[in-house]
Amino acid sequence: MSNQFDPVISLRGAKKYFGAVHALEDGQIELFSGEAHALVGENGAGKSTLVKIFAGLHRPDSGTLTVDGKVVHFDSPRAAIESGIAVIYQEPTLFPDLTVAENIFMERQPQRSFKRIDFRRMNREAREIFSRLEVVLDPTRLALGLSIAEQQIVEIAKALSLDARVIVMDEPTAALSSVEVDRLFRVSETLKASGVAILFISHRLDEVFALCERVTVMRDGRFVTSSLTNETDENSLVRAMVGRDLEKRTDQLRQFDQRALLEVEHLTLEGLFVDISFTVAAGEIVALSGLVGAGRSEVATAIFGIRRYDHGRVSVDGKELRRGSPSAAMTSGIGLVPEDRRLQGLVMEQSISRNISMGSLKSLKKNGVIRAFTETRFAADWSVKLQIKYGNLGNSVSTLSGGNQQKVVLAKWMARSPKILIVDEPTRGIDIGTKAEVHRLILELARSGVAVLVISSELPEVLNLADRILVMREGRLVAEFTHDDASEEAIIGAATLSSEVSAS
Amino acid sequence: MTVLENNSRDHSLSGGPAIDFAPSGASRFTSIVFRAREFGIFGILVVFVLITTAIKPRFLAAQNIKFILIDTTIFALLALGETMVVISKNVDLSIGSILGISAFVSSNLYQQFHHISILLVFTTGIGIGLVFGLINGVLVAFGRVPSLVVTLASLYIIRGIDVLYVGGQQVVASSLPSNFLSVTSSSLGPVPIISIVVAIVIFVGSYYLKNYRSGRDLYAIGSSDLAAGLVGIPIAKRVFTSFALSGMIAGLAGVIWASYYGTVDSTAGTGYEFTVVTAVVVGGVAIFGGSGSAVGAAIGALLLNTINSSLYVLGVSAFWDQAISGLLLILAIALDRGLGLYVAKSLRKRSSRVAS
Ligand SMILES: Nc1ncnc2c1ncn2[C@@H]1O[C@H](COP(=O)(O)OP(=O)(O)OP(=O)(O)O)[C@@H](O)[C@H]1O
Ligand SMILES: [Mg+2]
Repeated sequence: MSNQFDPVISLRGAKKYFGAVHALEDGQIELFSGEAHALVGENGAGKSTLVKIFAGLHRPDSGTLTVDGKVVHFDSPRAAIESGIAVIYQEPTLFPDLTVAENIFMERQPQRSFKRIDFRRMNREAREIFSRLEVVLDPTRLALGLSIAEQQIVEIAKALSLDARVIVMDEPTAALSSVEVDRLFRVSETLKASGVAILFISHRLDEVFALCERVTVMRDGRFVTSSLTNETDENSLVRAMVGRDLEKRTDQLRQFDQRALLEVEHLTLEGLFVDISFTVAAGEIVALSGLVGAGRSEVATAIFGIRRYDHGRVSVDGKELRRGSPSAAMTSGIGLVPEDRRLQGLVMEQSISRNISMGSLKSLKKNGVIRAFTETRFAADWSVKLQIKYGNLGNSVSTLSGGNQQKVVLAKWMARSPKILIVDEPTRGIDIGTKAEVHRLILELARSGVAVLVISSELPEVLNLADRILVMREGRLVAEFTHDDASEEAIIGAATLSSEVSAS
Repeated sequence: MTVLENNSRDHSLSGGPAIDFAPSGASRFTSIVFRAREFGIFGILVVFVLITTAIKPRFLAAQNIKFILIDTTIFALLALGETMVVISKNVDLSIGSILGISAFVSSNLYQQFHHISILLVFTTGIGIGLVFGLINGVLVAFGRVPSLVVTLASLYIIRGIDVLYVGGQQVVASSLPSNFLSVTSSSLGPVPIISIVVAIVIFVGSYYLKNYRSGRDLYAIGSSDLAAGLVGIPIAKRVFTSFALSGMIAGLAGVIWASYYGTVDSTAGTGYEFTVVTAVVVGGVAIFGGSGSAVGAAIGALLLNTINSSLYVLGVSAFWDQAISGLLLILAIALDRGLGLYVAKSLRKRSSRVAS
């Protein structure tokens, strides 16, 4: 129901090169008032680059940007904000030392007499936005220590507070669980009804169809096609994105022995999780499910030794693991692909190949030295396996697109050939084609006898991969399903304890 | 489906449970803990004063208090400028040299023009500071040279200019008019007027940094320059201004210094930058930017000067003074780290109490 004839904002023929990397060859999109427009494409297709042009962060090498039909040149993020464009970036970027409310209202703080900042009003307005989003987040706390999901919510609140005419959301849902996604969508519907134009980026196509009226596909930096969502379907989108059909695979024919490789008994860390016990056998894939904030990642980091737990024990192959020691965990064969790749998974300013080989230096050593050639070969092999898209393996990881950074973290840990692999949100921000590939790699690891613990907010992923599914709520293990008796409804029910499910 | 635990608590909010990310009251708790930081410094201060007075009662004589306060005034003033710079994740090491050259040039005016107005003398000192501050600011903010490098260089260059210009000359107190000397000598009881004035300036400055947008910008820049760029904070402009102000303040401090000491040669203010940076950090300004206040920094300066004076009164070697400053610095940084961890843990425990 496009109620306006002319686009609020449009971009045509946009090019953006970073040295030899052609991030954008032909960027094209039009946003209409009251409509949500999805932008989809594989990792590295140029979506975030296009977003950054809207945001005034990148100046296109060529191309026309128009707002309300007039050609504009944004020379700073401020110029974009002043034209009524709000952007939720793929990577949340907050001020850790400032309060949540200040983060939302930076540069636009409400003022009282003598232009002083009106902190009370600022906090109240922040609280109002949070209640619109149906989350409880204390506006006066520091942003330091917020989880990724919480950070994402602050970013969303920031965009809402701008009263913008155009809201650009670069994978806002990647870190959110389905309940929070629903809330975001409800708010987005209200925004649409009030005439806001939304640009929505996601790798989850069901979300695209649920929220958006229009969808544009990009491939290799180029505009491919644009259509109304009710005139297209998932398959044709995927075909346009990857240039071929995706084969479906559903193999669950794996055998695993009953001997537990990883045993977790009564693990408790005050304030985060209580009395967590489970086992993972060699060759088994166990999923830890639940809402964001339920304590799943905390359990993972405690097992790996990044956090010290208060009580309980973790054993590998029957031997108890020293608590609070990541190096002990690594020596005993545990690998962890962390949730926050920027902070914990990557050295952003190091090269791509160094990041991939970092965990495997010992095995690459020959007579005590590592030849650059060996390292590059090794990294190149893994890049091919995970289809990492890069300009040059010597470039720093920070130049990769979000999804490709995630692949580097995965490659780093898979390359170590661990006995036990804990993966926290393995496919967050990863495109459809590669997602299937990552799933295949995880299944392959399991088949070769690795015990895998997967944490994922994406239920189809959990249902597809896991042999057993454990559900956490508010720091406790509340339900367990086998692969066969699990369903999305049952998992959501256990995770949220909505009345009708818990009654059954 | 096997339900391992059945919690009958009902979350009946429209469309699902609200997720309680943070317990209310947590922030008040955090702010109380961080207040504790300022009380902590005060505590150490009181201990030093009590011990010293017990051994040498003359420590609390009006004259000695006045000495301590004037010294503190100069350092606390410098710390105000330094705070603005450090909050935005930079550092200004040139302030000691700026103070030195400003002190000489401004007070030397009296030897050249006997009846010059005191206002002109102050303006000259502040102006000199401003010029050097602007140069630092241009190089750091627009030239994108790290501030450590820029101001370390200007520390030496400005001192070099000072030495070349002053040579063996000296300004002596007898050549200075009484109205200039009385800037620092007039007092209200044991409290010098100038200390009161500077204290007001520091409170106003601190209030500005906390309550005005451009002040918050400095905290934001120090907290994350990446995020600052994204929300459209004019980073270069703010950083530039902070250096310009720091320079001006150092210039002003130079004139006050000349008025107080009366005798000025080319060594005035040597090494002050390190005392000031120490005071700032001991006073709770994070050396990597983003938090702290000018009032805290001033309290830090007061602590360092009191310790300095009490060791002097007790006849302890100056070496110990430096050792203690170093120790305090380490303590301050360790305390910050420890407090941070403690607060994080407490917040967690509180949230668990709410959740269960
Ligand atoms: N600053 C930069 N320097 C060099 N190359 C860059 C830079 N920014 C982006 N690129 C490259 O441009 C290409 C497009 O990146 P972009 O971030 O736009 O992809 P994307 O479509 O958002 O992918 P994803 O789904 O993974 O987020 C990538 O190959 C990336 O490596
Ligand atoms: Mg992207």
